[in-house]
Amino acid sequence: MRFGVVVFPGTWSDRDCHHVLDQVLHQEVDYVWHKDTDLSRYDCIVLPGGFSYGDYLRAGALARFSPVMQSVERFAAQGRLVVGICNGFQVLCEAGLLPGALIRNRHLQFRCQWTNLRAETVETPFTNACRPGQVLRVPIAHGEGCYYADEETLAQLNLNNQVVFRYCDPDGAVTDGANPNGSLENIAGICNRERNVLGMMPHPERCCEEILGGTDGRFIFESIVQSAGVGAR
Amino acid sequence: MPVTKEVLDEIALSRAEYETIVERLGREPNHVELGMFGSLWSEHCGYKHSKPLLRRFPSSGPRVLVTPGEENAGVVDIGGGLAVTMKIESHNHPSAIEPYQGAATGVGGIVRDIFTMGARPIALMNSLRFGPLTEPRNRHLFEGVVGGISGYGNCLGIPNVGGEVVFADCYSENPLVNPMCVGLLHTDGLVSSAAALPGAKLMLVGADTGRDGIHGASGLASRTFEEERELRSAVQVGNPFLEKCLIEACLEIAATDHIVAMQDLGAAGLTSSAMEMVAKGGCGLRIDLSNVPRREQGMTPYEVMLSESQERMLVAVKPGREQAVQAIFDKWDLQSTIIGEVTGDGTARVFDGEILVAEVPIGLLTEPPLYEMDSRKPPWLSRLQEADLSTLPDPPMPWSDVLLKLLASPNIASKESVFRQYDHQVIDNTVIPPGADAALLRIKGTDIGIALATDGNGRYCYLDPFEGGAIAVAEAARNLVCVGALPIAITDGLNFGNPERPDVYYQMERCITGMAAACRALDLPVVSGNVSLYNETRGEAIYPTPIVGALGLMEDVRRGLSPGFKDGGDVVFLLGDLDQDAATLAGSEYLELVHGRVEGRPRIDLERERRVQRLCLDAITAGRLKSAHDCSDGGLAVTLGESCVIGGIGLAGELPESGAEREMDAVLFGEAQSRIVVSVAEGDAGWLADAAKSAEVPLARIGIVGGRDLALGNDLRVTVERMSEAWRGGLSAA
Repeated sequence: MRFGVVVFPGTWSDRDCHHVLDQVLHQEVDYVWHKDTDLSRYDCIVLPGGFSYGDYLRAGALARFSPVMQSVERFAAQGRLVVGICNGFQVLCEAGLLPGALIRNRHLQFRCQWTNLRAETVETPFTNACRPGQVLRVPIAHGEGCYYADEETLAQLNLNNQVVFRYCDPDGAVTDGANPNGSLENIAGICNRERNVLGMMPHPERCCEEILGGTDGRFIFESIVQSAGVGAR
Repeated sequence: MPVTKEVLDEIALSRAEYETIVERLGREPNHVELGMFGSLWSEHCGYKHSKPLLRRFPSSGPRVLVTPGEENAGVVDIGGGLAVTMKIESHNHPSAIEPYQGAATGVGGIVRDIFTMGARPIALMNSLRFGPLTEPRNRHLFEGVVGGISGYGNCLGIPNVGGEVVFADCYSENPLVNPMCVGLLHTDGLVSSAAALPGAKLMLVGADTGRDGIHGASGLASRTFEEERELRSAVQVGNPFLEKCLIEACLEIAATDHIVAMQDLGAAGLTSSAMEMVAKGGCGLRIDLSNVPRREQGMTPYEVMLSESQERMLVAVKPGREQAVQAIFDKWDLQSTIIGEVTGDGTARVFDGEILVAEVPIGLLTEPPLYEMDSRKPPWLSRLQEADLSTLPDPPMPWSDVLLKLLASPNIASKESVFRQYDHQVIDNTVIPPGADAALLRIKGTDIGIALATDGNGRYCYLDPFEGGAIAVAEAARNLVCVGALPIAITDGLNFGNPERPDVYYQMERCITGMAAACRALDLPVVSGNVSLYNETRGEAIYPTPIVGALGLMEDVRRGLSPGFKDGGDVVFLLGDLDQDAATLAGSEYLELVHGRVEGRPRIDLERERRVQRLCLDAITAGRLKSAHDCSDGGLAVTLGESCVIGGIGLAGELPESGAEREMDAVLFGEAQSRIVVSVAEGDAGWLADAAKSAEVPLARIGIVGGRDLALGNDLRVTVERMSEAWRGGLSAA
């Protein structure tokens, strides 16, 4: 399967995502410059982490106007897979592809640390390799990762089973103490109603190799590859 | 018109230096020229008080591909066609005035120093010093500096893998902010800073030029300051997003053959970067300031030449390649403007449109007078050194409470609350994150890893600058050894007071000499460095504080070791002497925290140091150790406590009989050098004993890993949980 990793000015997880998809999962992968608009050759688009446009104005607020984003919208509307990680999640929310917003962490500080995520649904192309309720150990690195949405949006997310990950303790309990940024209902990742667009604040591309302290990120990338029904290149 | 004292003070030139300029130039310099001289002859750019001393450092070695004299920093071969370059910068004075931006632009500056060489920045570290957090002003500086490093560094996508944070009274008004950056490059990928091609076009890239930072080099970094409010305009404001785009664009250009040289604009801005570029290339230049994009109207040529606006680069482009280079900058939405060209005649000619505003032979500008100052050991130092520590009373509390007090001391306590504000994982290389003796990064596509550590104990250097300087080098190297890496090079950040004072110059000279001795003993070349002088406020100098940034190489990164104890039943040993006399309490954390004294004379035996490091490294390389932790601040008890807390497991220990009356304070909390606490599987204890014997290193068996307490016979017993609370909570409780 072929991945496209979008590069905005200020993106920095592009190289990490490329590394993991290429070297660890052995998939085809290209960088997609933010001014490119032809996504026809890709099966999955990754919007990686970073500080696109310096996160000036609001995180993701400027990147959504990059030419590539119109193509990403069409790509998603065709039912193809889009993953936004960290800043990519923020961009997807700003672009209206996912509901809600990411605001400053409640404690107002940047946080880089390991977190535990409970897979709330395995009925997505991004988590189908997980067991229901499986706890994944995945790091975060953000200053604006507090998920916020109005009550009706939250109700809809829950009703439609769109909450994909919640921060939890190592045993899978969703507690305040396990919430690293003040996200409502400990939400760490959500998908759209059609279940082909995922946004998550934690960085699965940072935990796909034992040497880096964990491999749980592979469940997410392997789910994607598995759902596409293709093997490694 | 005779120059006034006010004008000279503004650019920090002495009357005698002015006379020298007039004599060498054969006339009075005009205002622009004088500004250029002031900047380039400043301590910050010209190293006029430190250069003769810096020559004492060894700077070459079998792995050094480029020595620091040739380029911005030395380049060290790590094998596999790859090389590493690294450097420390100081941003002490700007951070004292405006901590967030001061620290942020410090990070920005050191990152530019690295990618300007064509190296991709792969790690940042920071060595920080503040006054006690009980003072609100110090807390403001501490939080601002950490916030600035976090805010700027995280935006760049370079992992910040640690460093140190230390607190002492002497840094109250004058924090030390020494960021370090490490870059990775192919051995044939070095971009020169020497513009040696007449006709090459000089292209200015990045931010517009504004009035910020004028006199940063000459004023801020080269004098003491009392009235800080006046200096606020000398601090620049950073734009990390622009820097990130510059990194990517410049590395893209570095991979082409379109350019002859690249240099960032740092201290003294365009003046320093342009003049040094052509000076190194043996050329001259002609630039027209009217082509420099401005942030504001009405700027004079003087201001344009001296502006320290951030995020700017100067590139010398081969004739005919201008468009190809500009296409890459355009891709990244970066402004690039040709402002002049390299000439062959060795003279700098600066125009403002048609008007010639400065004309100076390059050699005069870039060769400041060098000074060797009076050096005198101050009488107070001898008194401190001769203090008798054997008569100290035992503290009025059990040893376990002393240990808890030390673990909670901000200097020893966990710095997790700082490090978690830094992105230490981006780039997917971080094998050992901040918090261990050293950070360890893998190098993708190879089996090798590089380890990084910073170290420097101002208190030791204050009490004995020679020994303290040597210890800084030895301990930084020892930190690398503890994770399993062979130390291969260091960079230094030298922070001192006013060198025109004989006692300060004595500290500087002895520190550097001690560092050089340790470098020779441990085969460590110094590949770059930075000097920050005039660190004092109201006449009180800081502790002499040399910071050592050390680079280690590990052939098999999977063998990397962390300091925590691992498994119950493992056996814990001390490499080095267990029994210590009271003299080893010199300059210790215990002595200051418990007895309120900063006295004694720290010592190091460099030959012993070399043998201990060799033994530890051999044992790790042979796969025999389960953990290793440098025995340093706080002494043996603190080291054991940290290994318990990090490993989440206790230690049933016993201090072996020695037959003699023990000085328990010194045994538990003395800071004798050249010691490492290790643990091994039971079956490897014999191997270690043999190895220690043949390495001629004393070995003391401390006990067995396991349980929930740290116990040392009947002398000390405390739960791991209580130690953990003290250690993890110490910084936030300060």
